[in-house]
Amino acid sequence: MNSLILRTTTRLLIGVLLLFSVFLLLRGHDLPGGGFIGGLVGAAAIALYAIAYGYEHAFALLRIRPRALIGVGLSLAVLAGILAAFAGEPMLTGLWWIREVGPWTVKLSTPLLFDVGVYLVVIGVVLRMLFSLEEH
Amino acid sequence: MSWLLVSPILIPLAAAAVSFALPERRMAQRTVAVGASALLLATSLLLLVEVATRGMVVMQAGDWPAPFGITLIADHLAAIMVVISAIMALATAVYALVDIDPAREGLGYHPLFLVLVTGINGAFLTGDLFNLYVWFEVLLISSFVLLTLGNRRAQLEGGLKYVAVNLVSSLFFLVSIGVTYGLTGTLNMADLAIALKDVPTGLVTILAMLFLVAFGIKAAIFPLFFWLPASYHTPPVAISAIFAGMLTKVGVYALIRAFTLLFTQDVPWTHDVLLWLAGATMLTGVLGAAAQNEFRKILSFHIISQIGYMIMGLALYTPLALAGAVFYLVHHIIVKANLFFVAGLAQRMGGSFELKKLGGLYRHSPLLSILFIIPAFSLAGFPPLSGFWAKLVVVLAGVEVGNWAIVAVALVVGLLTIYSMTKIWQAAFWSPTPEGVTLSGLPQKRLWVPVAMLAGLTVVIGLFSAPFMNLAEASAAELLNPAGYVEAVLGADAAAEYDVPIVLEETP
Repeated sequence: MNSLILRTTTRLLIGVLLLFSVFLLLRGHDLPGGGFIGGLVGAAAIALYAIAYGYEHAFALLRIRPRALIGVGLSLAVLAGILAAFAGEPMLTGLWWIREVGPWTVKLSTPLLFDVGVYLVVIGVVLRMLFSLEEH
Repeated sequence: MSWLLVSPILIPLAAAAVSFALPERRMAQRTVAVGASALLLATSLLLLVEVATRGMVVMQAGDWPAPFGITLIADHLAAIMVVISAIMALATAVYALVDIDPAREGLGYHPLFLVLVTGINGAFLTGDLFNLYVWFEVLLISSFVLLTLGNRRAQLEGGLKYVAVNLVSSLFFLVSIGVTYGLTGTLNMADLAIALKDVPTGLVTILAMLFLVAFGIKAAIFPLFFWLPASYHTPPVAISAIFAGMLTKVGVYALIRAFTLLFTQDVPWTHDVLLWLAGATMLTGVLGAAAQNEFRKILSFHIISQIGYMIMGLALYTPLALAGAVFYLVHHIIVKANLFFVAGLAQRMGGSFELKKLGGLYRHSPLLSILFIIPAFSLAGFPPLSGFWAKLVVVLAGVEVGNWAIVAVALVVGLLTIYSMTKIWQAAFWSPTPEGVTLSGLPQKRLWVPVAMLAGLTVVIGLFSAPFMNLAEASAAELLNPAGYVEAVLGADAAAEYDVPIVLEETP
């Protein structure tokens, strides 16, 4: 679609949307949000870009094929489950690394890793559907 | 040990992830699929040994104690099913190396196949009703895609029926889960076995019937089977073989689980319904097969009739009958998938699945004829093949309780099975090659390997049936005494709460 208005708005919006999707992802452990909804917002951002600038450009922006994204995300999720083995716990047991960095408390965990996996899988699946619809 | 228990789920899932991440690398994807299947077989055999020597293996995912977290549990039945699923995965992965064309591989056949195996194994190993639903969805969604992969007209037509009916089944399943949770407040199967005792029997029976519809559609029992012969003959052989071998059997597994662990409050009524359905399933399946003239359609209808035998074993609900049902499951999966593989080989040589257009295969390839005869005779129940023992035990169980009607049905259906198998033999192998048809050369060796392997397995199970029968009997003993299952998941206190249900000596 060749619309100046859409293109300009998209350029303004895409950064905000992507940032918001990461915000939702990180917020998800205790509050509404998480990998799934974050992934949907992220995919929506790229879909908007694809509508405004064409699919080739969106593809170039992504740099990785959506199907590979599914694979990477799924691998991360599986890894998050397996990591518990190294702590001698059953599969999917949550492991936490909480560190004080300056004034902030950084909380990293396997649930977060799992959520990042979900995030990538959702983006991959949605974009794969959109791109294959575009191909036909 | 908990990692051994999850490995049948984790291995194919991790392999699927790797396979998804390498969309362009066909060789890598093939290697991953075959390698993962082989590894799966090794670990699932270890799991079976572990279960057989030391009893049930239980794991609480994420270390959340039951009944709050998700329980994974392998008893004899689950461990046996996982081993069979691994055998099927390996056979299919090898067969698919030749059978699946590059276009379908490019569309993601390998990762989808691995996700399918993940779903199947997950369904066998889970001890939680909602988790079972999730695994059903995992295997269904990947099967939807596998069935229609390649977009051929017939595939889409069959796929549409398959998807529509299976979604209805999923809906029934989900509604039943909702009602169960409303009645009991738990979905952990061991916990449910206790909690359902406090629910009025009438309500539990209604619930049981809801689950019967949900699982019955997936298991293709009478009268809910029509989606199966409409779709199973449409995809490539490798896909239809694993569907034919495993997918309906997941439904049968769920039925066995539900009607031994959860719904045993009113056995004379519920299991009587099952028995009627078993008889009707056997008869309609075999009569449907007699009317067909396409190789894979005949086999598809025979899946239905054979499902009837397994349900018959479950319905009779005696140690011998349940052992027969488990033995039948194992035998049937191997034999049926093998027959589909043989159909694929016949089609490669004769150019068609239509019996009218086939012929002369006996002279063309005696080896294929032998490889057809073994599973076909096994299916029909000739001694000393595995099918003979499977039928014998189920029929004996019927005689034991003196239910002559179902025994008669089982025997007549066995006879009609021979009729169908000889029809295929007559048309495809013995009759002269039809005019205008030229038989092409022998297919590649890699296609023969899984066929020969599965045929060998049928013979081995037939000749050395004792250890397999022992495993089946051990499963039956566990299934008839759910207190052991409850204790493995929830501990001894809960098991004491669960008093052992009385095993009926006679089904009315």
